[in-house]
Amino acid sequence: MSATVATPAHRLPRTLVTGLLVVGAIALLAALGPWIAPYDPDAFDMRARLQPPSAAHWFGTDEFGRDVLSRVLSGAHHSILMGVGATAISLAIGVPLGLIAAFRRGWTEEVVMRCIDLMISLPPVLLGLLILAVTEPGLWKTILAVGLVYVPIMTRISRAVALDLLSEDFVEAARARGEGAYHILVREILPNAWPPLIVETALRITFAILLGSALSFLGLGPQPPASEWGLMIAESRPFIAEAPWIGLAPGLSLCLLLIAVNTVGEGLRDLLDPRLRGRGHG
Amino acid sequence: MGAFLLRRFASLAFVLWAMTVLVFAIVHILPGSVAHMILGEYATDAAIAALEERLGLNDPLYVQYWRWFSGILAGDFGTSLTMDRPAGPLIFEALGRSAVLASIAIVLVAAIGIALGIHSATHVGTASDRALTLGQYFFIAVPEFFWCILVILFFAVWLGWLPATGYTPLAEGGLLGWAKHLILPVSTLVLGLIAHVSRLTRSSMLEAIESRYVLAARAKGLPERTVLRRHALPNALLPAITVIAVDIGILIGGIVVVESVFAYPGLGRMLVYAIENQDLPLLMGGMIVVTAVYALANLAADILYAVLNPRIRVGGAV
Repeated sequence: MSATVATPAHRLPRTLVTGLLVVGAIALLAALGPWIAPYDPDAFDMRARLQPPSAAHWFGTDEFGRDVLSRVLSGAHHSILMGVGATAISLAIGVPLGLIAAFRRGWTEEVVMRCIDLMISLPPVLLGLLILAVTEPGLWKTILAVGLVYVPIMTRISRAVALDLLSEDFVEAARARGEGAYHILVREILPNAWPPLIVETALRITFAILLGSALSFLGLGPQPPASEWGLMIAESRPFIAEAPWIGLAPGLSLCLLLIAVNTVGEGLRDLLDPRLRGRGHG
Repeated sequence: MGAFLLRRFASLAFVLWAMTVLVFAIVHILPGSVAHMILGEYATDAAIAALEERLGLNDPLYVQYWRWFSGILAGDFGTSLTMDRPAGPLIFEALGRSAVLASIAIVLVAAIGIALGIHSATHVGTASDRALTLGQYFFIAVPEFFWCILVILFFAVWLGWLPATGYTPLAEGGLLGWAKHLILPVSTLVLGLIAHVSRLTRSSMLEAIESRYVLAARAKGLPERTVLRRHALPNALLPAITVIAVDIGILIGGIVVVESVFAYPGLGRMLVYAIENQDLPLLMGGMIVVTAVYALANLAADILYAVLNPRIRVGGAV
């Protein structure tokens, strides 16, 4: 794809650089949010309800007169935390499970893979709903639920990669030296397994943000008055006719973030593993 | 084929049974009393005791599980706590309405997605291919719930062409009234999936077009149409079927969101309702039914795949 394009010295795909710049900018805004927000994101101002975008309120105000721009800025960190946190959880559980299943084979593998089969017998959103159904909702619970939902795919990928690598000569050599399971998995397999794992991780962040914001859109994430973007979009629904900016501002921000993160993921895939092109989603 | 089917049905039965254990465990073993959850934190002790008695919550868990599980085997999903009606009929009525959404969506996704993918692959580098590729890129990343808001804003609020929410039964509103309520939910559901399927079809079709058997067919002097239709397309469709099977899971998730936004009385909205109102029989029954439908859909996709690709039956790796 981008192989024919004149690329910088490190030959990074142009998509990757663009995506990284946009994600970096959003992350910076999210980190600085509380300081650069023009108003208190939770402050009511009943005299300024449902005002259209203006010089005073760039993205308008909501039904309580809260400044939408300030809320979008202060809510940005939720989405980023969801993407990064949930993916980290799925990696932390999935990768060890996959490596152990591949290394041990036999009934260990059987038990792990059957549990994984069970977890994917519900579609992602439904599994998330089930996990969140009986607990008090909140940001960290949503992150945990999304992380658990994506454990199976991480386990499967790391198992497949490890199975491939276990038949390599350098693993044979380590075994012949009498190295233990821990050494072989952590020192021999893991360092060689990272390219496909990194690609999957990067692509997974997009879906983690999507799923997390969908769950909080359904009311199973951070609770009001939190300014999580999915929640803000849900809360804007009664005012969609008279004040569409309340939902459009967080919605378009979310789209921008998702497209940028996805671009980074695809850029990494082009860079590290061109064979995987066209996979993903879900 | 017989052994293949038998194995698949056995694993389906196992998954469904294991799912009943999982759903039951999540609902009952998590901290907090079920009666408390239903009645809220200000309930009196007497009210809680009465409800626990009524629901048989004082029995050991395995007794409760067996009561629920044997009920399901007999087709009895218990009684909805909030609607005071048997949960089974409620669930299946809602499932029927969701199935309408889902089947229209799947047909559209398969037809339009594959057609667009083939068009892109046979017109690589043209303006239409580039526009489609850009579109796919965009549509895959935009969340369904935001599409819902956008289409409501454009078609219901600004243009006023279609109703924003609700549902009219076929018998009451006639074909037009019924269809009007389906157009927006269905189109929101299919946008992302069409992008996904067309993208995958494009890449598998391109791979087929560059293959040796297509080269051989061209070398024989066959007309390009025949080469594409008889040699490239059948091989390119196999991955597309796998993708559509994966997309069924995404579609079910999308249905939950879309039904909630458009106030469409299907199973997805019912599940969200059951969670909001802690209606556990409805929630547990609904989850089991979704699992069953999802498993059957995957089985259907596997069978279709096996029929089209005999290699898989021998290896049995899937």
